[in-house]
Order: sequence, then structure tokens, then C-alpha cells
Amino acid sequence: MPNNKKRRGRLSFKAMMKNLGRLLKIMWKEYPVHLILVVIMTALSTIASVIGSVFMGRLIDFIDQDLLNGATTIEEANFAKLGEMVLIMAAIYLVGLLANYAYQRMTAVMSQGVQKKIRDQLFNQMESLPISYFDRRSHGDIMSIYTNDIDSLREMMSRALPLVLSALISIVMVFVAMIIQSWLLTLVVMAFFVIELISMYIITKNSARFFIAQQRALAKADGYIEELTTGQKVVKVFNYEERAKKGFDSLNEELCTYTTKAQRFSSILGPVTNNLGNMQFGVLALIGAYGIINNVPGLTVGVIVSFLSLSKAFMNPVSQVSQQINLVSMALAGAERIFALIDEPSEQDNGYVTLVNAKAGEDGNPVETEEHTGKWAWKHPHAADGTVTYTWLKGDITLDHVDFSYIPGKQVLKDVSLYAKPGQKIAFVGPTGAGKTTITNLLNRFYDIEDGKIRYDGININKIKKADLRRSLGMVLQDTALFTGTVRENIAYGNPNASEEDIVNAAKLANADNFIRMLPDGYDTMLNNAGAGLSQGQRQLLSIARCAVADPPVMILDEATSSIDSHTEALVQEGMDRIMNGRTVFVVAHRLSTVQNSDAIMVLDQGQIIERGDHESLLAQEGKYYQLYTGGKALD
Amino acid sequence: MKILRELAHHLKGYWGQVIGAWVAVIIEVGCETTIPFMMQPMIDEINAGANDVGKIWFYAGWMIGLAIVSMLGGFLGGYFASGASAGFGKNLRQGMYYKIQDFSFENIDKFSVSSLVTRLTTDITNVQFAFQMILRMVVRGPLMLVMAFTMASITCFGLSWVFLIAVPIMGFGLVFISIKVHPTFVKVFNTYDDLNNSVKENLEGIRVVKSYNREDFEKEKFGKVSYFIYQNFAKAEKLLAFNTPLVLFTVHGTILAISFLGAHLIATDFFAEASNPFTVGELSSFFTYTMQILMSLQFMSMGFVMVIIARNSAERIFEVLTEKPSLASPENALTEVKDGSICFDHVSFRYSASGTKDVLHDINLNVPSGSSLGILGVTGSSKSTLVSMIARLYDVNEGKVSVGGEDVKSYDLKVLRDSVAMVLQKNTLFSGTVRSNLSWGNENASEEEMRQACEIAQVADHIDSYPEKFDHPIEEGGTNVSGGQKQRLCIARALLKKPKILVLDDSTSAVDTHTDALIREGFKSKLPEMTRVIIAQRVLSIKDCDQIAIIDDGKIIALGSHDELLKTSKVYQEVYESQLGGGGDFDAE
Repeated sequence: MPNNKKRRGRLSFKAMMKNLGRLLKIMWKEYPVHLILVVIMTALSTIASVIGSVFMGRLIDFIDQDLLNGATTIEEANFAKLGEMVLIMAAIYLVGLLANYAYQRMTAVMSQGVQKKIRDQLFNQMESLPISYFDRRSHGDIMSIYTNDIDSLREMMSRALPLVLSALISIVMVFVAMIIQSWLLTLVVMAFFVIELISMYIITKNSARFFIAQQRALAKADGYIEELTTGQKVVKVFNYEERAKKGFDSLNEELCTYTTKAQRFSSILGPVTNNLGNMQFGVLALIGAYGIINNVPGLTVGVIVSFLSLSKAFMNPVSQVSQQINLVSMALAGAERIFALIDEPSEQDNGYVTLVNAKAGEDGNPVETEEHTGKWAWKHPHAADGTVTYTWLKGDITLDHVDFSYIPGKQVLKDVSLYAKPGQKIAFVGPTGAGKTTITNLLNRFYDIEDGKIRYDGININKIKKADLRRSLGMVLQDTALFTGTVRENIAYGNPNASEEDIVNAAKLANADNFIRMLPDGYDTMLNNAGAGLSQGQRQLLSIARCAVADPPVMILDEATSSIDSHTEALVQEGMDRIMNGRTVFVVAHRLSTVQNSDAIMVLDQGQIIERGDHESLLAQEGKYYQLYTGGKALD
Repeated sequence: MKILRELAHHLKGYWGQVIGAWVAVIIEVGCETTIPFMMQPMIDEINAGANDVGKIWFYAGWMIGLAIVSMLGGFLGGYFASGASAGFGKNLRQGMYYKIQDFSFENIDKFSVSSLVTRLTTDITNVQFAFQMILRMVVRGPLMLVMAFTMASITCFGLSWVFLIAVPIMGFGLVFISIKVHPTFVKVFNTYDDLNNSVKENLEGIRVVKSYNREDFEKEKFGKVSYFIYQNFAKAEKLLAFNTPLVLFTVHGTILAISFLGAHLIATDFFAEASNPFTVGELSSFFTYTMQILMSLQFMSMGFVMVIIARNSAERIFEVLTEKPSLASPENALTEVKDGSICFDHVSFRYSASGTKDVLHDINLNVPSGSSLGILGVTGSSKSTLVSMIARLYDVNEGKVSVGGEDVKSYDLKVLRDSVAMVLQKNTLFSGTVRSNLSWGNENASEEEMRQACEIAQVADHIDSYPEKFDHPIEEGGTNVSGGQKQRLCIARALLKKPKILVLDDSTSAVDTHTDALIREGFKSKLPEMTRVIIAQRVLSIKDCDQIAIIDDGKIIALGSHDELLKTSKVYQEVYESQLGGGGDFDAE
């Protein structure tokens, strides 16, 4: 079972880079212009801000030295030059500002667009995956790819990537700007840079440790809360409140301890970087002063002032990037899961036999037509001689020595053979886990058999296109999945082209019409949360109607075991009986009446058909079926 | 405001740390705003040729000293704030959890379990995080603003008015953007629910999707929602893209304005030969004040956004904290239940939420101690509600429910519920072991007692088949045992309470008929004094009861023994016929 703990595993650096590369490739493919422009604009905005800082120093120097140079009255001061400089700076800042806006805006579009692209790709891929994929994973895990993983990807694309890019550019630029102005002061900044890196390394390493402990404690506490609160009514009934509190308290206390520790450690970083910067100011001024005294060439007050802001501009991106590291590695771990799903192999379909509308030709054999005749035929092209043959869709099914296992080596079905003539009803009975439902899942190729053959109207089902095979097989499953939408839409799910009349007729056939009309908006009533407002029985009636509207020649029914009240059960049963009429039906049976009315009953045990026959002959055998049948009455 | 006051209660025990954090912040801000104050004479000194190195050392020393103090202030602030916010989260979580333990069924129904879980987890995490962010910001932001402005004014009063223009521009701009963006974000998050819902439906209904070949339809549906999110999220982020340019605009605009005006001032002062002229050093410290003032504004606007986001969570926590438990033990409560007799005397009940319609109407029942009552009825006929009254999970609106001859309202709740064991329809096992689950019924039960209970519940053989016996692990929700075993374990758990009354609410539906009968047999022979109330869908499960009540639409429409009802009740005859006369159960588990 996959669980949350595993999801938090960290990726190797190599794997992270691979995911990053793939992500960038997607961005490049979807938004080449945006991507280029974002890089250019980010660079522009960064450069503007660096130039701004340098220019600031020039401005101070100018005010300090040239403004009043040679002037004897205030009128003679060189205000024109001052105005010019301020305007130039304003222009530089404006360019930076516009570039900043532009890249943020484009990043928004790009990151959202790429996100959408990935989301759609995920979903499209998911829809094409074989059923076995869904058996192996918990729904929660798949859901969290759509929510958490995509979300951290967005954070990375819209925040971290531009930030890292601008940080890199600005570090290089600032360094160049510094070294041009004064190697001496650059040395000071580099010394502080090293100190900052070291302290940052120590702090983040430790706080990461506590942070993980905190996350774990939080998961534990939330898990406890979730489990116990879900069972809160049981808690009340068993007077368990005090013990529940005790269990809660110890987890809560633990969480508090780790949270405190983690937060304390991580809150050190801010003051350290901040005040290292402040100390740096002092040291810069001091060394700068000595430099000026000793006539170090090129060193002026303006240079010192501009170093004050340059040193900040050098340090800030470093600490900003360090704050993104966690986010980026989380996002790339998420990307790993996203890409894993996208790379998951789709359900294979090598079928070439298709289902076509047909009418009877002169010899009674089917002839393909365009129009909807209500009759169908299998169109079977033969590659060997290039001919095409047509076979009527009748609903004749045979299983020939079928073996199957979900997990290789653990055989679920052994040597199962059976046949169903068109219009026959075949019931499967047997204990839980005997393989009843498995057989029905093989017919529509949710799973592929290991050995043996399944034939549909004499055609090996592996040759039939899956979509057409499934179109010809109706399913009413135990768990009646309904979808958000109106009742009408849910019924029409089985046949999107169904007319209003078809839908109502199907509902009537399924005994669902009455209750639907009682709903607030009748057929237009919205169903939310998988039909949460409906009773189990009503949901079943809807799923029968859904199948009826598809009008398939072969049906697979899985009777519900869960208790529904007798009245609704009678309705469901009646609906089922009506829809079974005239079709080939495979039914995983739980009710005696269904079993008794079947043309053939297969008694399964441990993946094998151990008895077969009709009700009377099976009773006469006095075998397993007899036991099952009389078991319920043994105590009468 | 009420919400804030309620939340503030939960700072109990941590006010010291809150104050400590604030004091530390004041020290920190004080130092940070004084540093540029020290810088300006130093720069002027350098500017003047750095003749007095001692003076430069003095100022530099001060600066470094202040930076160290400020760092210590920052450490302490972080130290206290972390403790306070973690403690606040702890208290809030505890307060809420304890509160929920006092909730009656009615309270729980009102909120719904899943909503309670969200409030206890996500909402608390949100509020705790916001608190942690805001705790220092509420002091730091305004204080920094005021201090930096004051320092700037002291440095040069004639220039500080620039801030009076810059601050409102930026402040209003930032708040305007946040307010403008918020509704779009709300829309986006709501659409996220649709998206998740779509994924969830497809996960749950993947077989339906595939068997009806509706993959393309589902893709299209999903694509629409996905596009909507893209559109709105991009819209919101495009608006947010104004944030940084706005900050840059104000910061740079202010710096340029100050440079220009400052230069004029320097010139004017120079020629006016002012006694205290404006200097280049002062100008450069103005730049630092500009950053401090405007950055504190930006932080405050972030705090503002945080509050907006956390507000909904805080409201939902508040609702739980202020909810009044609708049931409580009376004063001078009875502490002993005499026997297992049950009496309903003209009982009517309605769920307060759903209003006017009686869910139970004029129910009269008399169940002698040690006898059994079977209840039959269609879904929604209020069978479960009826039996809930026995353990006083809800209070009646009219009439009286008595247990052991006394009104259930006169008992201590704990005593009553210890005597009335209920096996609810929605059974839950908890993660742990078989033993830990059984111990819910009786903390101090010996293994011998557990074994007896399990034998009666017909689950002892299963337990013996596990290598770890009673220490066999149970997963959350009991997902690793079959439905039938789960129900039997739940019955054993209830039996361990040694109850005077046992209520089974459709608790053997997944147990085969034979075992079901053995369980009932066990009750009769091993626990003859225990009154049994059994709700079932299967007639077999209740037909041997001393009395059988048929419920329809909240009313008892027939009452009597099996034989009597077969003669008198048409409904009973029909049900009996349909279930045992050819339409019965063919479950073979």
C-alpha cells in the first residue's frame, strides 16, 4: 500500500535535474516567446536595479563634489546637471519597473498555462490507463498529484524560477559593479559573504531537521484527529472522551515541542542575515575611511555609499535563493510523480474488429449501412487476403479454458470454461473471493486473460476494438458511480445521443421514473457528490436506467449486497429483471430469485467452476450449491 | 472582534512569551533605526577627509554594537514568537478538541464530521501560521514606520514630508491590489473544488467511464474546468504583478525625489551658511530610512493579506469554540442503572435543524429487563433515531424515555451510556490492535474477558487464526478485516462493557445468517439478563424476539411477537414472504 510517508522521500540531485530539464522543455515548447522574453525582461529589470545602485553613488559624488564646485551663489550651482542625472536615473528605474511588470505578467501566464497543459495531460493520460493501475494506487495518492504536486510546481514556476534567475544575474552584475569601483571594498563584501554562507548552511541544515520532525508530528496529530473525529459518535457511545483527550494531548504536546524548535531555528536566519548586513555597513565605512586616508585610488564617499546598497544587493539574492531551495526540491519531487503518471503506459488496444450499423442483406447476412438501424454487426477485416466479413451482433459468449491472475503467480481463475447463448442468463454464485466479479471484468477487457480464449459471436475478443467491445456490453456495478450533473445527464451517460423519450423510457424500464419525478427538479435535479442526496437504492435504479439507455445486447450485472429496504429492493429487482429480458446476461448473484431464474448457474470456489447447471439439477447434486442454498434455512 | 477575543483566550500561559517577543521586537527596531543615525556623521566625517580616525572608529563601533544587539533582539524575538505561536496552536487545538468531546450527536450532526476534521486540522494550521507571521509584524511594522519616520524627521524635518506622500500611495496601492485580487482567488479556489471533484469522480467511476467509452467526454469536461482555473488564476496573478512595480515605483521615486530635494537643501544650507547644514551623510541615511519605511509597509500589506486568508479559518474555529453542547448530565445525577428495562412514554422527536416534521411520533414501548425487542422498517423510517433515545444521544421533544425505571435525563450521562451499549450502524474500528479496539469497551478487561466476549460475538475463531491473536493489527477504519468480522468485533467491543442493555443497529448485515443466529443464541444463553434491542433488515435476525416493532415514517405501525404479527400485520406478512418465501438472501460469505 502506498502511503504518505513514502511520498515525502527526497530525490537524488540527478533525478531532480532531469525533472527540471523536462519541465523547462515543456515551458519552451508551449511558450517559447514568453520564456525568452521572461529571461530578457528579468535580466533587464535586474540590470536596471544594479545600475541604479551604482548610479546612486555617482549622484552622491556629484552632490558632494561637483554641485557646488566653483559656485559662489546658489544660482550658480549646477542644478541643470543634477536634474539631468535624476532624470537619467528615473529613466533607468522606469525601464526596470516596466521590465519587472512585464516579466511578472508573462510568468503568470506561462506558469498557469504550463500548469493547465500538465493538468490536462495528466487527466487525459489517466483516462487512458488500464484498470489495474487504479487497483494499485490509493485514490488519495492520485488526487494529491493534481492538488499538492501541481501546486508546488506552480509555486516553483511563478516564484522560484524568476527569483533564481534574477538572483544569478544580479550576483554577477553586482560583483562586476563592485570590482570595477573598488577591489578593497569588494574584498570586505566577499568576507561577509563567506560568513553569511557558513551561518546560512548551519542554520538551514539544522532547521530542516526540526522541520521534518515537525511535519511528522503534524501528520501524526492530524491523523489522530481525523480518525477519532470520524468515529466521534463511537467515542460518545463508549464514554471514550477522556481517553481520547489523553491520546490527543500527548500528540499535541509533541507537535508543539517540535514546532517550537523548528520555528526557533528557522527564525534565526532573518536577524543573522539582516544584521550581518548592518555590521558590514560599519566595516565598509571603516575600511573605506582608511582607504580614503591612504589615498586608495578611486575610492570616494560616493563609492562607499553605493557599496552600502551594492552589498545588500549582493547578499539578498543569496538568502532569497536559499529560501527557495526547499520549495524547489519539493516541487521537483512532485514533478517526479507527475511525470511518472504521464509516462505510465496506456491501455493497449490492438483490436481491429469494429461494430457497425447494419441491415440484413438479401441472403440475411448483415450489410454495413450509414444510418442507425438498431441492428449491429461486427466488421472483421482479414489482413491475409484483404477481405472483410460481417457477423451479426448477437451476444453469444464463450470462455474457453481461461486462466487469469492479477499478480503474476497468484492465480485467481483456473481453467474456466463456459458458454452463453444469446438471450441466456448466466448466474455466478460462490463465496467472497471466489472470482465471480473477476470473470465479468475479463469480458470487457478491464483485464487481459493469461491463457485460454474468450469469444464474442465467435470472434476472439482480443481482436475487437475495446471501445466497440465495451459499447456492446452494458454494466451495472455494485458501486454505482454517479457524476456531478443532472439526473438526465447521468442517465444519458450510457448513450450521449439518447433522446428525451429514450431517457424517460429507460428510467421507466428501470423503475426509476417515479422517484425521479418526486425530486425537486425532476430530471433536471442536480446531483452533487456522487449523488450523495440519494439513497443507495435510488442510485442503483439510476445506474440501471443508465445501462438501459445504452441498450446493449450483453449485460453484466453485479447485484448489490448492501442492505436496502425491502420496498426499494423490490423496485430494483423488478428493474433488473426487466432490463435483463431478451439480453445475454452475466450476473454476480446474491438473491435467490435471480439465481433461480437463471438458465445456468456457475458455482465458483477458489477461481474454479466447481458445479454448473440449473437450480433443480444443482440442488439434486447436493453439493456446494445445495449447502449455500440450505445454509440460510438451516435454522428454520 | 469577538473572534479575536475568543482566540486571545487561547494564548493563556503564553502571554509572557508574546510580551517578550514584542519587547525584543522593540529593541530590534530601535537598533535598526538608530544604525543609519550613526552612519550619517561617519560618512560626513569620511567626506570631510577622515581626519579624525577615532571618530570613525567610534561610530563604526556603535554601528557594529547596535547590529549585535539588534541580532540578539531578533533571536529573542524569534525565540519567544515561536514559542508563543506554537503554544497558541496547541491551546487552540486542544480547546477545540476538548470542546468537541462535549458535543452531543446533535452538535456533531450540525457541523458534520468531515467539517469538524477540516476545522481541527487545516483551519488550525492556517490560523497558527498566520498568527506566527503577524505576531511580530503587528509591532514591527508600525513601530518601524514610526521610528524610521521620526529619525528621518530629526535628521531633516524639511525633507521628511516626502514620506507623507509616498506612504499613502504605496499603502493604498497595496491594499487596493489585495482587495481587488481576493475575490478572484476565492473563485479560483472554489473551482479547484470542482476540479478535484472531477478527478475524484473519475477515480471512483473509472469502470463506468470505460465501460461506456466516455473518456473523451470526461476529458472535455475536465478541460473546461482546467481552462477556467487557468483563466482566472492568470487574471489574479496578472493583477498581483502590479505589486512589485508599485513598490519599486514608490521606493525609487522617493529616493530620486529625496536626492533632488536633498541636493537643493545642501546647496541652500551651504550658501545660507546654516549652523546645522544638511549633509551628504544625512542624505544617504535618508535612503536607508526610505527602505525601512516602505519595506515595513510592504510587510504590513503582507500581514493584511494573511489576515484576509486566515479570517475564514478563524471564523470556522470560532463557531466550534462557541457552540453550546446540547446535552449535559443533570445536577445530582443518578449514578446507578437499576436494571435493563426500557420504556418509551408518548415520545416525539424532531431534529432541530430540519424543523417542523416529527421524526418520531408518539412512540410507546415497554421492554422488560432481560427481554428482547426487534425493530423492522424501511430506510428512513427513523429506526436508528428511535434507539438513539435509549442512550440519550438525543433528547426527546415530548414524552419520556426511561431506563431502569428512571427518566434517562436523570442519569449521569457516563453511567447511562456505560449501561446501554450501542453498536452503531456506521461501525468504526480504530487503528491499533484487536486488543486496543476491544479495550474501548473496558480498559481493564482481562484476556479471559475479551475471549468470552469474542466467543459470544462469534469472532474468537478468527482471532485465534491470527498469529498475533489479540495483538493482530487493525488498520484505520478496520479496512484489513472483512465487513462481517468488523461487525462482530464491534459487537464484542460493546459486550465488554457488560451492559444492561445492548442495542444492535443493523449490526449483523454482513454476517451470514447462520453465524447471526449463533450470536443471538449466545446472548440468550450466556447473557440472559441483558436486554437486547435489535434493528435488522433481515426478518430472520429478529423473528425470535419477544416483541417486534414495525416502524414506518416515525410511527410504530405494528407491535407484537412473530406469531402475532404473522396473523395481524399485513406488512409483516409481506416482508416475511418476500424474504423467506423465494426472494430471500443468497449471500454466501
